[in-house]
Amino acid sequence: MTDAPVIRTTPKLPLSEEKKLSSVKGDSVHWAVLYGVSGLFALICAVFLISVVVSSIPAWRHSGLSIIYSRVWNQGTNSFGALPIIAGTLATTAIALLFAIPIGVGSALAIVHVLPDRLRIPLSSLVELLAAVPSVVYGLWGLLVLAPWFEHSVEPGLAAVTGHKFPFQAPPEGVSLLLAGCVLFVMILPMIVALSRDAIAIVPHDQFEGALSVGATKWQVVRKVVLPGARTGIVGAVTLATARALGETVAVAMVIGLNPLFPHSLFSTASTLASTIALQFQDATPLEVAALGALALILMVMTAVVNWFGRRLVRHSAYRAGVL
Amino acid sequence: MVDPMMMVTVSSGVDGQESDPRSGPLSMRFEDVSVTFNGRTAIRDVNFDVPKNKVTSLIGPSGSGKTTLLRAINRLHDLTKGAVVSGSIRLGNTDIYGGEIPATLLRTRVGMVFQRPNPFPTMSIFDNVVSGLRFNGIRKRSVLEEAAESALIGAALWDSVSNRMKAHASTLSGGEQQRLCIARALAVEPEVLLMDEPTSSLDPISMRLIEELVGELKSRVTIVIVTHNMQQAARVSDLCAFFLMGADRAGEQIEVAPTRKLFSDPDDPRTLDYIQGRFG
Amino acid sequence: MTTGVIEEIPPDPILERREMVQRVARRTFERRMRVSQAMIGLCAVGLLVALVPLFAILYSLISKGVHWWSIDFFTKVPQFPSLIDPNEVGGISNAIIGSLVIDAIAALFAIPIGVVAGLFLAESTSKFANALRTTAEIMTGLPSILLGIFAYQMIVIGFNEWGIKLPGIGFSGLAGSFAIGILMIPIIMKASETALRAVPAPIREAGLALGARRGVVARKVIIPTALPGLVTAVLLAFSRAVGETAPILWVIGASTVVSWNPKKEMASMPLQIFQSATSPYVSLREEAWGIALLLVVIVLVINLGSRLLAAWLQRERR
Repeated sequence: MTDAPVIRTTPKLPLSEEKKLSSVKGDSVHWAVLYGVSGLFALICAVFLISVVVSSIPAWRHSGLSIIYSRVWNQGTNSFGALPIIAGTLATTAIALLFAIPIGVGSALAIVHVLPDRLRIPLSSLVELLAAVPSVVYGLWGLLVLAPWFEHSVEPGLAAVTGHKFPFQAPPEGVSLLLAGCVLFVMILPMIVALSRDAIAIVPHDQFEGALSVGATKWQVVRKVVLPGARTGIVGAVTLATARALGETVAVAMVIGLNPLFPHSLFSTASTLASTIALQFQDATPLEVAALGALALILMVMTAVVNWFGRRLVRHSAYRAGVL
Repeated sequence: MVDPMMMVTVSSGVDGQESDPRSGPLSMRFEDVSVTFNGRTAIRDVNFDVPKNKVTSLIGPSGSGKTTLLRAINRLHDLTKGAVVSGSIRLGNTDIYGGEIPATLLRTRVGMVFQRPNPFPTMSIFDNVVSGLRFNGIRKRSVLEEAAESALIGAALWDSVSNRMKAHASTLSGGEQQRLCIARALAVEPEVLLMDEPTSSLDPISMRLIEELVGELKSRVTIVIVTHNMQQAARVSDLCAFFLMGADRAGEQIEVAPTRKLFSDPDDPRTLDYIQGRFG
Repeated sequence: MTTGVIEEIPPDPILERREMVQRVARRTFERRMRVSQAMIGLCAVGLLVALVPLFAILYSLISKGVHWWSIDFFTKVPQFPSLIDPNEVGGISNAIIGSLVIDAIAALFAIPIGVVAGLFLAESTSKFANALRTTAEIMTGLPSILLGIFAYQMIVIGFNEWGIKLPGIGFSGLAGSFAIGILMIPIIMKASETALRAVPAPIREAGLALGARRGVVARKVIIPTALPGLVTAVLLAFSRAVGETAPILWVIGASTVVSWNPKKEMASMPLQIFQSATSPYVSLREEAWGIALLLVVIVLVINLGSRLLAAWLQRERR
């Protein structure tokens, strides 16, 4: 099915051949250990995945699919509608991607094709440094540095420029959908830059020269040869970053205001699936716990689908580069 | 051991006459050309003329700077930091490095075919061939189709691919891909076609095909070909320029002569040594 | 060639095309060049923009955090800001120790499981191996809060279904270790598999060809050869674990004393940052920077250290 992208110099033995080799007694111990440990981990994963599904069943039984399309989340009345929360999740992710894709791919292009050789590795490392920063630190920075700035300068500025029209009409509070989207943008940027850079660098220099030698300008080569060549890798990078943004918990929880009402403006406080699960958990009633489990299930499905899609594309890109 | 290759047919004038290829119009002139990378000289003091509509080959052992010289002609060294080309390379009346013509436009007049075929993998055969025309602003479908047909015929590929122009370039064999690259270079109708060891990664049959092509194409474009295969040089070229790596590890021009002469009665003893297989 | 008769030379389509190409190319050149320079310039600007947040965060961390670092900071336990002295917040020794214990225990069981499972993936081509690999990929993509909830259900409350009864031990460091460990395993698994597969096949098969048992080959040949890659994998997973907040959010309790006992409630640095940053007390919010700086320094040291260590190990090999 899926294989790690590795170049093999000799063909791998099929398992049947491996089994023949393991006729020596020591070998069966080896395989027993390997299977045992892997099986243990597989078991833990299975229990985990099942528990998420099972714990949410009471909620599905109680509210049915209204969890997905209803707008009200009220512990007291036992009504759990997650539409605003799903909207918040999608909106913050969309904002993050809106900025991260052009800036991320552009940076990757700059790293590979604009920077002089000796600057390439240092600057790449610098961008990757951003990736090592823990989410909670992003949340801290977002809450204590960005939020006041947004509240006093950015959001009023945007409101003034657009005449207080949608989506800038709510009173600025700093903590908002927009802020969360921006923090997410900073968090997924290094991932997009690093993976796009790899995809762009893999496009052979030969092809670059080939395009130049028929009279193309540098940008034309990038547009018609480099980017199409790196396309699968870049799309893969973006889908992986999307999955990360959808599931980010702590940083978003700190800057979004956790409001289960439907956000009508970018300046409104809102909620996302992950942050709701994280922050509502403590005081949740048993039924609410099940509802949170339902949110988890929704999130799991969303994240898993996006991830699977992303990894397939990234692998496909490497395969094509290797073939050609 | 006397090289039996001296008996091989040497390319000569259009109707079999042994005219000196150096008489007749000039395509390019090298005057005191040197190429250095960060101060280290790769090739120096190149002085000769490239005749129009003939095949000139650059031969010599590895390290003699012939590929470096070739890539200087279409200004590929512009991409390399620290590369300096001194002297003058004239294409017609234009000094290539004189600031009169931008590199991008120069490359529409001087095309290149590389050692390993490098068609654009995300494009179809048709898109590959006309890519140069599109880059330069030519969009009209009918014009592109005419040019594609002419280029593919010139590259002896038309018969194979005319019915699958939408197919991806990767569906072609190695030899076909190289001919696709030749077609791609031809489509912009350059005056000069540079070929950097174009057959070294191909099987013998494809190699012969391309050698025949070179002979046919010279009436359309001036050809400068780098090859480390002496027999190939003897087979395809009219004029031969022989280079060697000097004591200072810089390539230098040893002898430039009509192929027939270079391979039968060279002036320089080092040339004689090379063609008799004593080094390289 | 020459016939002595003046003929009308038919227009040569090739020469015509050549002229046409030159004409159009020259005409479009200016605009193409300008577009190219502008777009490439934009990309460079994009790169600069991408670096701005990094410098902004580092600046804030250092300027707001460094002055918190004192002996007290590292050795005292937190004090609730009182009305008398709202600036007296004590230190974070409990969080430092707590992080240490929780992450160490997590690493203790995650590393062996992760590496062995990685070895399994590298050596087996069975369907089970493929399924496991996909599962690992799914797990790494999941929001870590879910693992925290899982730890809550398994360790804090205890498991009481399907006839199996595991007593819960309440809020505890162990629950946190459990969650973080499960977080680390798939990361280590995938990176180990890559490192182990990178061992050239001839080296691998040479051992087998000599008749050695697989286990011996693995231990004495494959793992040592892949050691630099494995070390990097483990250290990077660990640096990720150190910074995780979500999995331990509700499972480790809220201890304010230094505790080395994982069965009891504990504190942790990332959790402390979260709580302090969202607290109503200004002094606590400011203290969060000090903790954050410490955390970032630790993570960076581990990251850089892993690269240096891997490079050193590679050299030692030659």
